[in-house]
Amino acid sequence: MKAFGFERAESPVAAATAAARNPGTKFIAGGTNLLDLMKLEIETPAHLVDVNGLSLDTIEKSDEGGLRIGALVRNTDLAADRRVRRDYPLLSRALLAGASGQLRNRATTAGNLLQRTRCPYFYDTDQACNKRLPGSGCGAIEGYSRQLAVIGGSPDCIATHPSDMAVAMRALDAVVETVTPDGRTRRIALDDFYLAPGNTPQRETVLEAGELITAVVLPRPVGGRQIYRKVRDRASYAFALVSVAAIVQRDGSGRVVVGGVAHKPWHSDAADAELPRGAKAVAARLFEGATPTEDNRFKLTLAERTIAAALAEAQEATS
Amino acid sequence: MSPLTRRELLKAGAASAGAVAMPAVAQAANAAITPAPSRPPVRQRVSLEVNGERVEREVDTRTTLLDLLREDLHLTGTKKGCDHGQCGACTAIVDGRRINTCLTLAVMHAGAKVTTIEGLGTPGRLHPMQAAFVKHDGFQCGYCTPGQICSAVAVLDEIRDGIPSHVTADLTARPALSGSEIRERMSGNLCRCGAYANILDAIEDVAGTSGARA
Repeated sequence: MKAFGFERAESPVAAATAAARNPGTKFIAGGTNLLDLMKLEIETPAHLVDVNGLSLDTIEKSDEGGLRIGALVRNTDLAADRRVRRDYPLLSRALLAGASGQLRNRATTAGNLLQRTRCPYFYDTDQACNKRLPGSGCGAIEGYSRQLAVIGGSPDCIATHPSDMAVAMRALDAVVETVTPDGRTRRIALDDFYLAPGNTPQRETVLEAGELITAVVLPRPVGGRQIYRKVRDRASYAFALVSVAAIVQRDGSGRVVVGGVAHKPWHSDAADAELPRGAKAVAARLFEGATPTEDNRFKLTLAERTIAAALAEAQEATS
Repeated sequence: MSPLTRRELLKAGAASAGAVAMPAVAQAANAAITPAPSRPPVRQRVSLEVNGERVEREVDTRTTLLDLLREDLHLTGTKKGCDHGQCGACTAIVDGRRINTCLTLAVMHAGAKVTTIEGLGTPGRLHPMQAAFVKHDGFQCGYCTPGQICSAVAVLDEIRDGIPSHVTADLTARPALSGSEIRERMSGNLCRCGAYANILDAIEDVAGTSGARA
C-alpha cells in the first residue's frame, strides 16, 4: 500500500474543501472497498479524509413524506430500519442480499453507491484495463467476460456496477444529495448519477472533485409488491450475475430494474410499459440493443427468467 | 589455494556482479521505468480499548486494525487469511459489531472498544461459544476458528436485536433463531476444512435451539 496522510473531517464542507485542496485525496467511510483496492495499489490516494465522525448517520423523515438517509448510515442499520422494512422492503431485501454480515456492519450508504467494479481485469494490475489505466485497452471484451456487462458498455469497457443497493434505490427513484467544496448543495437523481463508460471509463459518476455525498433521499413510499431477486454463483456472499428489483402495483403497472448487466442499474420506462404483457416483453424492450459477448450472452436469458420469477413472486404475494 | 566456504563464494559473486558497469543506454532505459519516489510513511498516534485495556500506539497510517492487533499488540488470535475481506478469519467485535479487521485502518478507531478472541474468554474460563466449538468439534485446522467464534457470538446478538437477514421470510417479524438464519449470517466466514456442520451445531447449542434446525 502506498503511504498517505490522514485527517478527520470536522464538517461536510470542510471535508469537501480538504479534498479539493489536496489532489489525490479520497474520502474514507466504511473503507471496505477502498482499502481492498489500496492494498492492490489500484487506488493510491496521497491523502485520506475520514468522514466517519460527521453526523451523517441518521435516517429522518423528509419534508416530502419520504426518507432522508444519511451518507454514513451503515448497510446493516439501513436494512434493519423499521420504516425501510415496512415502506421500502425492496431496499432492505437488496441490502441483505449483498456482502456479508461483517461487511454490512461497516459499509455505508454513500460508499455503496461509489464502490468500484469487480471486473477481474480491473482488479488484476497485470491486465489491460481502461478504467484502471486509461488507454491501456480492455482485456475483458476478448477475455473472460462471464460476469460483465451486456448493455450500456463501450468498445473500451464492459464493467458492471456491483451494487445491489443501487438497483433498489433506482427502482425507488432515489436522489443523491451532495455538498461541493464551495458550500453549494446538489440533488442528483440516481438515474443521472452514473456515467456511461464511453471512451472515459475511468470517470464513473457526475461528482466533481471534492464533492461529498451527504444523503440519499427516497420519495414517499410507492407501495405495491416489492421483490428483489438475485442470481449468483453461491447461495450467499457473492456478487450478482443478474438481479431484478420489481415493484408491481395492483393494476399490474410497475417498475423493473436489472442489476449485474451494465455500468449502472438498468431501467427503461418503455420496458415498464410492457409489464402487462409479461416478462418476455419487458426483457425484450429493456435489452434492446444489447451487445453481449459469447461468455455473457446467457445473462439475457437469465435476466428474462429472473424478471419472470420476480413478477410471479409479486403476483403470488398479491393473491 | 584455500577452499572457499559456500558463504564466502556467494559474497564474492555478489561483489563482482555489483562491480560490472551498467551501459549508459541501459541506465537511461532504467530511469524511464523507475517509478516516482514513493511517498514517505506517515505516522500517527491512536488510542483505543482492546479487551478492556486502554492501549496507545504510534502507527503508520497504513496499519490495518488487524495488523495493530497482531503485530503491535501481539494478540495473534485474530488471524490474517485473505487480507481482503473475503474469508472472515480476521473477524473481531468493534463497538459491539463484528467487522473484518483487515479492511479498516487502526487510525480510524480512536476511542473504539475492540473485543478479540482473547477477550471473549480464557483457556481456564472459556466463553460459552468457545466451549461449544470444543464440544462439537467445530474446527479442524483451527485457523478460521477465532473469526468463526467472534462472528457467531455477534450473530446471536444480531438475531436477538431483530436485525433481518437474506433468509428472513417476513421482514416485519422478528427473525427466528433457526439453522438457516445462522447459516446465512455466517456466510462471511469461510472454513477450508469444511467444519460447517459442526460449527452450526456449536452455535445452535449456545443459542439453545439444538435439534430445531430449519
